[in-house]
Amino acid sequence: MSGLSALTLAEARDGLKTGDFTSVELTQAHLKAVEAARPLNAYSCETPEKALEMAAESDTRIAAGKAGAMEGLPVAIKDLFCTQGVLSTAGSHILDGFRPHYESTVTRNLWDAGAVMLGKANMDEFAMGSSNMTSHYGAVENPWKRKDDRKAKLVPGGSSGGSATAVAARAALAATGTDTGGSIRQPASFTGIVGMKPTYGRCSRWGIIAFASSLDQAGPMTRSVRDAAIMLGAMAGFDPRDSTSVDAPVPDYEAVIGGSVKGLKVGIPKEYRMEGAPPEIDALWQQGADWLRDAGAEIVEVSLPHTEHALAVYYIVAPAEASSNLARYDGVRYGLRIPGSSLQEMYENTRAAGFGQEVKRRVLIGTYVLSAGYYDAYYLKAQKVRSRIAGDFRDAWDKVDVLLAPTAPNAAFGQGEKMDDPIAMYLNDVFTVPASLAGLPAISVPAGLSAEGLPLGLQVIGRPFDEETVLRAAHVLEGAAGFDAMPDFIAGG
Amino acid sequence: MSLDKETVAKIAHLARIHVPQQDLEPLAGELSKILDWVEQLNRVDTEGVAPMTSVVAMPARWRADAVTDGGYPDDVLANAPEAEHGFYTVPKVME
Amino acid sequence: MTMLEGRTGPWEVVIGLEIHAQVISNAKLFSGASTEFGAAPNSQVSFVDSAMPGMLPVLNERCVAQAVRTGLAIGAKINLHSVFARKNYFYPDLPQGYQISQYEEPIVGEGEVVIDLDGGASKTVGIERLHLEQDAGKSLHDQSPNQSFIDLNRSGVALMEIVSKPDMRSADEASAYVTKMRSILRYIGSCDGNMQEGSLRCDANVSVRKPGGELGTRCEIKNVNSLRFLRQAIEYEAMRQIEIIEDGGTIDQQTLLFDPGKGETRSMRSKEEAHDYRYFPDPDLLPLELTPDFIEAQRETLPELPDEKKARFMADYRLSPYDAAVLVAERETADFFEDVARGRDAKLAANWVISELFGRLNKAGKDVTDSPVSADSLGGLIDLVADSTISGSIAKKVFDDMFETGREAAAIVEEQGLKQVTDTGEIEGIIDKVLADNPDKVAEYRGGKDKLFGFFVGQTMRASHGKANPQMVNELLRRKLDG
Ligand SMILES: [Mg+2]
Ligand SMILES: [Zn+2]
Repeated sequence: MSGLSALTLAEARDGLKTGDFTSVELTQAHLKAVEAARPLNAYSCETPEKALEMAAESDTRIAAGKAGAMEGLPVAIKDLFCTQGVLSTAGSHILDGFRPHYESTVTRNLWDAGAVMLGKANMDEFAMGSSNMTSHYGAVENPWKRKDDRKAKLVPGGSSGGSATAVAARAALAATGTDTGGSIRQPASFTGIVGMKPTYGRCSRWGIIAFASSLDQAGPMTRSVRDAAIMLGAMAGFDPRDSTSVDAPVPDYEAVIGGSVKGLKVGIPKEYRMEGAPPEIDALWQQGADWLRDAGAEIVEVSLPHTEHALAVYYIVAPAEASSNLARYDGVRYGLRIPGSSLQEMYENTRAAGFGQEVKRRVLIGTYVLSAGYYDAYYLKAQKVRSRIAGDFRDAWDKVDVLLAPTAPNAAFGQGEKMDDPIAMYLNDVFTVPASLAGLPAISVPAGLSAEGLPLGLQVIGRPFDEETVLRAAHVLEGAAGFDAMPDFIAGG
Repeated sequence: MSLDKETVAKIAHLARIHVPQQDLEPLAGELSKILDWVEQLNRVDTEGVAPMTSVVAMPARWRADAVTDGGYPDDVLANAPEAEHGFYTVPKVME
Repeated sequence: MTMLEGRTGPWEVVIGLEIHAQVISNAKLFSGASTEFGAAPNSQVSFVDSAMPGMLPVLNERCVAQAVRTGLAIGAKINLHSVFARKNYFYPDLPQGYQISQYEEPIVGEGEVVIDLDGGASKTVGIERLHLEQDAGKSLHDQSPNQSFIDLNRSGVALMEIVSKPDMRSADEASAYVTKMRSILRYIGSCDGNMQEGSLRCDANVSVRKPGGELGTRCEIKNVNSLRFLRQAIEYEAMRQIEIIEDGGTIDQQTLLFDPGKGETRSMRSKEEAHDYRYFPDPDLLPLELTPDFIEAQRETLPELPDEKKARFMADYRLSPYDAAVLVAERETADFFEDVARGRDAKLAANWVISELFGRLNKAGKDVTDSPVSADSLGGLIDLVADSTISGSIAKKVFDDMFETGREAAAIVEEQGLKQVTDTGEIEGIIDKVLADNPDKVAEYRGGKDKLFGFFVGQTMRASHGKANPQMVNELLRRKLDG
């Protein structure tokens, strides 16, 4: 059945419910799309047999009237999630052949809700990157093209670039992503889809390969805000196995879709007006504020004075945590081992061959900022500035309900660009990192096209655990923007 | 440049990542650029500010002292590059 | 103060100890795997303990409670706020590449312990801190010529690291400190104190200085697993340092291992390179916050502690500091003693428990919990002495029998006819016979050789098979010989 892969998650769910098609049919259509999308390299591992098996079981449950919230809906799983018996590599050579004997809590929640796994989505190695150029499994290509340059291959952003591409190219109804400094939101913006990072502690980190523990958070990547609400509801929940998981009830997120923003106070953080940012980014941001005002929201300028330092804080804290989190990849218990004449040589050879350039760079930076004599100057200082950044947001919540900002300072760029200047690459996350540092929920909604014809997202940031207001505002933005542009490459045909 | 070759060699060893001699210099340059850039934090007044130690404002959660896990040595060893007689094996360590 | 004599005069040894005590708990500090000793390799390992990707630690409540109880038992400050930190280093039995420990903010702060020294003397040793941390796995280096084998069963088991101040001045004091700490841990049940199985290990920081001089450079002797080795290691290390300094050298700060075979300390080659542990708060764990209520609840679970018990034994039973210290060293011993002493002469009970029972138990390689003579039985024996049914010397024989056979004193006395003879006529009859058999000695005595009185006592006792009441023998003999 053609056309099935073009549906939104909500449409597909409703179609399954009314019996218009079965999950097996829906899944078969998607498996074809996954195959067709291979040139984009969105998947690092396809699991068609598993998908069909899960779909058949879903059809049985649907027939028995026991459908879960994601029943029968085929999705892609970022390869940072450990999936039982299925290759889980974090896009790294060092996890060669690793098949966990356990299932991450978030994917377990999805399967319990009836979702169907199409495969593992390619990603920047260990989620370190904003271009999806650092994967051991090769770069992912953005299905979008510049309107005047159909040849140039563009990046989908990162690190959840495979997830973003799969969803944008209609090679999955939705996908899981993880966001450490913008890894859901920035690729969502680059590929014209919706990406949401919930509050830190909302989704369990158990079974998600750690990059930076105090920042990592899983979230949905979908083609509509409603879909994000549906999928987040299935992913989220308290997990006693994650000490940072918050024991709070998960609201019915979909119920807020369609709610009004009348009287909602929307903050415009003035420090997000970056010097040298393309004027079209500012213009779209202004447009977004106007849309919300027209819908009855009150626009308030607010100040987040320490924003300009967020990126520097992030590039100390995240590498520091990563340097420690990645110490376990030592060639002893799983993954790659490169022999050496001694244990130390085996360690050094394994880690030299197993980690890519960007991962090594960050592990070394992280090692340095934690090392004797530098801890106070770098790591401790960064954590203090981080407190200030979180404090800025707390002050803002006295005045406003949500914040509106651009998601990224630019549209998708060409593969290979910015590769020789790490800092230029890091600047991609300048608008997403502050909310990550403070652990706040934030969503990127496709809101317009750049002059080159590439999607641009707007970001809504909310109070801790107030995903509902974020979704409500995002849905209003989505409606006002009426974003219906299609990428160059559509896998479903 | 805030990092010299020797320091890079030292941290590479701390991180157990082999870096070929000829790569130390360029790597020192690359890392120094990043470190010089983050130096901007020195401009922020953090007098009396406590460092952020947890993102969620809640204390550590405890679990009850019960045996609920383990007992699956085969699963534990299943992905090991090398294992023998129920042990992981590594190149011999000299004490 | 104990000094060591060098060529240039006396030296003072300064010792600080770090004890690693395995916490008694069912499951590990951050995972639900069992802590039981001696299981098949890697069978008590969860995916958390083997540091599988994405695995996360969750704190075990009992381990926190045990640390707090131990802190309370050493009169230490319990910190309402403490932080778990990662100590980063690579070693194959450290699967995460870091040990979760506590660094700048431990759960327990300063406290103190009174140690019992020879001759009933005591001394206070300061405690710097106590913190919770994970144990590492085990590397076996002698199973194969070119491989080390890794077993992670120990990985993640909770340890309390108890750091003393450098308050000890001799190997004896160090040993007394470990003994006392072990006693406290066992009393409260936070650690079984088994040094052979490695549940209690200690690292000794040793330096030397001229009396009253500045602290010298210290060396750390790692992982000593018996009191005997601890003494030997400290004594060897102190003399080694004194000789180096007296020969004009200086001490390099280093980590040492004690080789029990050679009786020497030697540098640990593998740990030679300077460590940089890159401690930082573990982002997978939130700060540990305790409430005063929790701490009070833990305090209520504490039994009477060795020092309190010792003071009570001295006050209530009028025992000497030495006897009291010996009796309270183990909770079971103290309980045994109190069972014996109940309603009896406490000093007599203490003597029996310390000199007779402990002597025999030691020889038999047993302890009070598997003593063949129960507290009730020993009490029964003491009663027979007290009411003059048997004499003290007969009682010792009866005790030997009880220890061998586990029978009751009364039964043995009855069966072997060991009851003391207190019948005047019967004793007089024996005395008459003794005097009649030794007319020359009687004459000598009466001629002024007073010393012979003891001979007649001995003969009379022997003739009565030790059963004659010694006091009566004395009296009657005197009457007959002098009268
Ligand atoms: Mg230590
Ligand atoms: Zn320790």
